[in-house]
Amino acid sequence: MKPSILQNRDLWAGLFLIAVGAAALILGRNYAFGTALRMGPGYFPTVLGWLMIVFGLYILATGLRSGEKLEGSWSLRALIVLPLALIAFGLLIDRAGFVPAMLALVVGSSLAGSEFRPIEMIVFAIFMTALCTILFVWALGLPYPLVAGTSY
Amino acid sequence: MDLFKNLIFGFEVAFSLQNLLYCLIGVSVGTLIGVLPGIGPLGTIAMLMPITYNVSPVSALIMLAGIYYGAQYGGSTTAILVNLPGETSAVVTCIDGYQMARQGRAGPALAIAAIGSFFAGTVGTLLIALAGPPLADVALKFGSPEYFSLMLMGLVAAAVLAQGDMVKSLAMVAFGLLLGIVGTDVNTGVQRYSFGYPELSDGIGFIVVAVGVFAVGEIVSNLGSAETRQIFTDKVSNLMPSLADLKQSFMPILRGTGLGCFFGVLPGTGPAIASFASYMVEKKVADDPSRFGNGAIEGVAGPESANNADAQCKFIPMLTLGLPASGVMALMLGALTIQGIQPGPQVMTQRPDLFWGLVASMWIGNAMLVILNLPMIGLWVKLLQVPYRMLFPAIMAFSAIGIYSVNTSSFEIYLTAVFGIVGFVCMRLGFPLAPMLLGFVLGPMMEENLRRAMLQSGGDPSVFVQRPISAAFIIATAVILLVMVLPAVRKRRPEIAG
Repeated sequence: MKPSILQNRDLWAGLFLIAVGAAALILGRNYAFGTALRMGPGYFPTVLGWLMIVFGLYILATGLRSGEKLEGSWSLRALIVLPLALIAFGLLIDRAGFVPAMLALVVGSSLAGSEFRPIEMIVFAIFMTALCTILFVWALGLPYPLVAGTSY
Repeated sequence: MDLFKNLIFGFEVAFSLQNLLYCLIGVSVGTLIGVLPGIGPLGTIAMLMPITYNVSPVSALIMLAGIYYGAQYGGSTTAILVNLPGETSAVVTCIDGYQMARQGRAGPALAIAAIGSFFAGTVGTLLIALAGPPLADVALKFGSPEYFSLMLMGLVAAAVLAQGDMVKSLAMVAFGLLLGIVGTDVNTGVQRYSFGYPELSDGIGFIVVAVGVFAVGEIVSNLGSAETRQIFTDKVSNLMPSLADLKQSFMPILRGTGLGCFFGVLPGTGPAIASFASYMVEKKVADDPSRFGNGAIEGVAGPESANNADAQCKFIPMLTLGLPASGVMALMLGALTIQGIQPGPQVMTQRPDLFWGLVASMWIGNAMLVILNLPMIGLWVKLLQVPYRMLFPAIMAFSAIGIYSVNTSSFEIYLTAVFGIVGFVCMRLGFPLAPMLLGFVLGPMMEENLRRAMLQSGGDPSVFVQRPISAAFIIATAVILLVMVLPAVRKRRPEIAG
């Protein structure tokens, strides 16, 4: 049974490879290719870029013939929330300090799950922050201010 | 005997208080994550690697290795007790191990798994000690063409022998090689794919890729599958296997160890393949194959020995040739590089403490696992009750701190987020991720050796087939590819998830 185009896993897999390969070629078009004797910085990327495209075309073609259906979910919620939680951590640790960054990360990432219990999560975030402060900042001596502007 | 002198030296290193402590931490953490589904040795090692920066390379490697083989033990514990393979290598153990547990023989099953693993670990350790020095001697004579061909063979074999679609694995190797290019070209100083970010001029951080893909991407994937875990715990009584059990398990343990050692040195084959092969063999040679699936102790003894032997022997190509044979070994290699040690055959002569200390520590670690884990089984099973909704934010926290601590750079945190997305997309599209990591680790070395070889040969590519050792690697690569392309063989590849 052939899945519909939009749900054809290998079709997308092939397109993904072609896109990566093409990006490598386009972004690397200015790197000197060189010769076989003196390979320039562009030699390896160009070969790999084309290799990716060939693999991509092959997988795309087999996918069109007898592709597997994409199964499971895209878990969009986790896919968006978890990177955002990381970004929040990155922004906060430079500007606000270790404790706010940790709290944001733990609470933020727990929002990615389907079962979210607010009180439990806040307690857990405080616990994790305390644990990591003891472990990393005090025991291992990582030099991060707990709250920006104060020395630890 | 050199071997004994070296091993004694290794034990001296491994028995230092600090190294014993790191070994204990490693195997405990390993068992813990082996018990917990949803986090594997890859993610854990990637996550904890930054913590090891401040300790000596020996201690760091001892701990990371402990996590790796400790996870095998932990995985089998849950396979037997709750029919839930904590790691993919324990999938086969579920079949008969869980049946034994249902028949009230959980104790003997756990004990046999531990004994088999310990025996296999001992043999594996000896094999590394025996095979390491001669292999490294040979490898020391390698020039650039040999190295390039060796890496090519390693990558192709790893991609081809791994589970899943072969073309997709090869494509992921290429993807990894491409990612390895990012940064300053060492020969010309040209910036490649760094988009003007100074943070990228040294290349993408190894930890960033590993954590992004194996910790963050994995969590996204786990949260997507709405699987609920059923947990029930039975009391484990009467740990000791009977004399009949031991007799019955003796040959399976030997055969499993042999198979595990064989598959262990092959690149790409995870412990799952070794244990699967062992199970098949035991079923074939059994007088009454129908007992399998109904609690045959051989079905636990063989595979459990096989997966541990495999795990140990994976270190042989990594330590002697600098060639990672699996994703975890790529991480180990990365850990060495980050510690400022150039992986390769010279490690054994330049840093004998590292090689022999690690070898000896693996034996000590295996002994620790047997002694410590059997009495602690109840505790590990209790840990299974930690709900995933608390586990994954904790993993995220450790990952983020780990990455930030490397360069105190929030740029790398953002990059990790990107790789989390990339990793998840790849997973969804059916791409295996371990080959990507292998390509990423080997990429720079491979390009460097290719360019050097071509420069030395005056631009003549036949240098790769004119030098005998290099030619052997190239031929082996071609054979591997040819054999796998033949459809009959392709169909017979064992399909195991993971």
